[in-house]
Amino acid sequence: MIVQTLVKPGEYRDSVALMLLARELGNLPGVGNVSVVMGTPANRALLVQAGLLTPAAEHATPNDLVIAVQARDAATAAAACRQAEQLLAAQATGAVSSTSGALRPRSLRTAVRALPQANVAVISVPGPYAAAPAWDALRAGLHVLLFSDHVSIEDEIALKEYARDHGLFLMGPGAGTAIMNGIGLGFANAVPRGPVGIVAAAGTGLQEVSALLAQAGSGITQGIGTGGRDVSEQVGGIMMLEGLKALQADSDTRVILVVSKLPSPAVADKILAQVRQSDKPTVLALMRAQERIQNSEFRILNSNLELSNLLTAFDLREAAALAAALARGEDVKNVYKQLAAEDRKLHLKANSLRRPLNARQRYIRGLYSGGTLCEEAMRIWQAELGEVWSNAPLDLRYKLPDSAKSKRHTAIDLGEEEFTLGRPHPMIDNTLRIQHLFREARDPSVGVIVLDVVLGYGAHPDPAAELGPAIAQAREYAGQQGRFLNVVLSITGTEDDPQNRTRQAKAFKQAGAVIAPSNAAAARLASWIVK
Amino acid sequence: MDLFGKPLTVVNIGLQIFSDSLRAQQVEVIDVDFRPSPYDAPRLTHTRHGIDIEAANTEAVRRIASGKAILTGLGIAREVIPGMGERMILHAGPPITWDRMCGPVRGAIIGACLYEGWAKTPEEAIDLAASGEITFEPCHHHHAVGPMAGIVSPSMPVWIIENPPFGNRAFCTQNEGLGKVLRFGAFAPEVIERLEWMERVLYPTLDRAVRSLPGGIDIKNLIAQALYMGDECHNRNKAGTSLFLRAIGPALARTCADGETLARVISFIDANDHFFLNLSMPAGKALSEPAEGIAGSTIVTTMARNGTDFGIRVAGLPGRWFTAPAGRVKGLYFPGFTEADANLDMGDSTITETAGFGGMAMAGAPAIVKFVGGSPQDALDATLEMYEICASEHDSFLMPALNFRGTPLGIDIRRVVETGISPRLNTGIASKEPGIGQVGAGLLRAPIECFVAAFEAMREA
Repeated sequence: MIVQTLVKPGEYRDSVALMLLARELGNLPGVGNVSVVMGTPANRALLVQAGLLTPAAEHATPNDLVIAVQARDAATAAAACRQAEQLLAAQATGAVSSTSGALRPRSLRTAVRALPQANVAVISVPGPYAAAPAWDALRAGLHVLLFSDHVSIEDEIALKEYARDHGLFLMGPGAGTAIMNGIGLGFANAVPRGPVGIVAAAGTGLQEVSALLAQAGSGITQGIGTGGRDVSEQVGGIMMLEGLKALQADSDTRVILVVSKLPSPAVADKILAQVRQSDKPTVLALMRAQERIQNSEFRILNSNLELSNLLTAFDLREAAALAAALARGEDVKNVYKQLAAEDRKLHLKANSLRRPLNARQRYIRGLYSGGTLCEEAMRIWQAELGEVWSNAPLDLRYKLPDSAKSKRHTAIDLGEEEFTLGRPHPMIDNTLRIQHLFREARDPSVGVIVLDVVLGYGAHPDPAAELGPAIAQAREYAGQQGRFLNVVLSITGTEDDPQNRTRQAKAFKQAGAVIAPSNAAAARLASWIVK
Repeated sequence: MDLFGKPLTVVNIGLQIFSDSLRAQQVEVIDVDFRPSPYDAPRLTHTRHGIDIEAANTEAVRRIASGKAILTGLGIAREVIPGMGERMILHAGPPITWDRMCGPVRGAIIGACLYEGWAKTPEEAIDLAASGEITFEPCHHHHAVGPMAGIVSPSMPVWIIENPPFGNRAFCTQNEGLGKVLRFGAFAPEVIERLEWMERVLYPTLDRAVRSLPGGIDIKNLIAQALYMGDECHNRNKAGTSLFLRAIGPALARTCADGETLARVISFIDANDHFFLNLSMPAGKALSEPAEGIAGSTIVTTMARNGTDFGIRVAGLPGRWFTAPAGRVKGLYFPGFTEADANLDMGDSTITETAGFGGMAMAGAPAIVKFVGGSPQDALDATLEMYEICASEHDSFLMPALNFRGTPLGIDIRRVVETGISPRLNTGIASKEPGIGQVGAGLLRAPIECFVAAFEAMREA
């Protein structure tokens, strides 16, 4: 194997475009490892690690594009480099902005000058470069979806305080999803308009509840994402509160749904105080905080739960169902009845899926692309099964020493940084998840593998096309080893999503997966199979 | 919330998949062509002492934009230039010692020594210059500017440009013409004779004419008009020169009693397409100076070259030069000349870009590409690119080609370092041999190291 690199000075592409390009090159015959990255110090270090750095690439600057190819011989490597150049050139002519012809703006400031009626900025540049355009956007009066991670907490607080003082949303950092005026920003689903307003400190959480609302025949006014850290003690829930206030004041919003991963107790208290300011029925899905309500930190929360317009939900399935019912003016008692009925069906299904398993197959393995969905599953498994191991566990005692080696019941959040450094997110690229899937299929103690499939704008154009065959292959392999393997999944998506939920579901079913109507349902079903 | 219910119009900076998704939803979206800075460049919003940089820059730009540049007369350097010593020679660019000076600058100093009568031969002049008896200082240290070598000696007449709203003045010699002239390092007898004619005849004739006009001549206004006519007033000054002749013509005719002198002076101006440069430059200087010393401002107040070094100064770091080696100009050469004949970039004429015209206004001067290379679209793009690094836009210098948009004004060193875009300059190219003259014209960028160094200094300020 030889390594060849090609450096293209002054050419810049975003990280996702480059990684998808690298993947295409990697599919060429005779080509092994491929990396196509900008020459930042961090990326050069990754190249060193991968054995792909050559003297030519060593002097690359952050403004230079580095194509590094490992191939069986020099001729193959050269051909791969040429192919890369062609693909880059094709990308360049295709990637023209709506103001074609003129020079493209190089900064957010000059972009706003070119498009003066702009009212939203979507920022997804690498973290160290993200705060500056966020400031430029706010100063120009734009609302911001700050998708980027690794923005300092000091910057986050300063940005959010400014935004709040100027009547603007600063959604993020690390906010993957927002749906404003029916338009999906970032990773978002195509959801019908309706009377439910959502504010969420959890990206895939917002996706899940909005998709479930769509499935229930309801719809949303707005889906405001705040970024996960918003509800921490230091940030103090600034955007969560602004979002809540905005929805309370919005005449089109009749029901409010709040989704949050663990807020600090002080923030939870602020949320409740704000809920009290409005008559609008509000559903609160506070995820892990639900379990903490009894303890002293959250006692304030506990004592406030008697607000007449407030309902709490254990999980996202329940939250969406409650919100939909409230939107329809239905009695919420029906919701609990319906959920109980669904659980009975899931129990029956679990029984039939348990039968073909052998006595060794006692464990669940969850492979998640959405952090909130992973957490939701872990809470359900903890309640049903006890200890759940993870790379991002609920209980630190159950942190996996090696994320590549699952133990007993395990849920992996593949969106965590250890997996995404240098690769595209699992919602865009299935390679890593498929590797994990095969690894779990080889483990004779596994009875069920659980996946979340997230559709929508920004996500992989056809997850079933890649995951489907992988699922079929995994089950077939297990079959050859004399084992029945359950694969349970849920599809967070709608009919209007580019991938079309129905078509995806059909393809997954054909591959042998069992599809549950929600992530929470999938987690329950899986837990009852092995219980 | 003012966003609810309104159509979304989006700026996307980062992953292309997000703007693609928005287009799929029929949303109007513009993509930012983002590139990471090659430098360690955190966004500076405040100085270490807590001064708001944006506010300081707003003030700097306000001063530059609201100034005036009125030609009120001429004067002799030793009499009107503050601090002009008896054995002092001013030069273009940042401070430099004789031993480091390039050929054309030395040649011009030799010529000045001969003109002043300090030496009888070039050899004597060289000895004198090397001896330390002459003090060499930047024009910029004396409210003056000079094109190319930019040499000003005590007896030379200078234009006097006044900026009444701020009370400052700026000075520059008259442009001698093209080819074998002092500013390109020539010191042959005819050069000295011409300088003497300019002192004896040109100066008093022009001075009488200008002083006969009660309001003087508004050079800023002439620049604005010239920008409408295809000049950018740095490398193209034909329209400016013509407008100036119109402005001063009647006064010349009335105040110059001798018809032959009048004819000679008019011909002298007419024969030199760059005559106006020596007015646009001190105008730029007069307009920029009031911004010097504004605490916390990252706006560039000076860009200047001495043929060896390129230097900049920044409003919030008064008195400090940030230098780097002067660059090679890439351009088109006059017949018979090549890059091998070229001197490095030279002159104070980059005061024009600093003040918001010159290279900043290339979008209005497409004919310039005939001299510097490229296409008219390149001229447009050159200006468009400069908006990326400037804090504001002029309200007096407008470009019809860009829908009467104001020129980029106020180079912000933070934006230079953030974007990696340094100011685009178009300039004449001098022969490295003294006395040959201009050998071509072309483009180059200001060395970015100057801005990086200034940025680092600003972080400590």
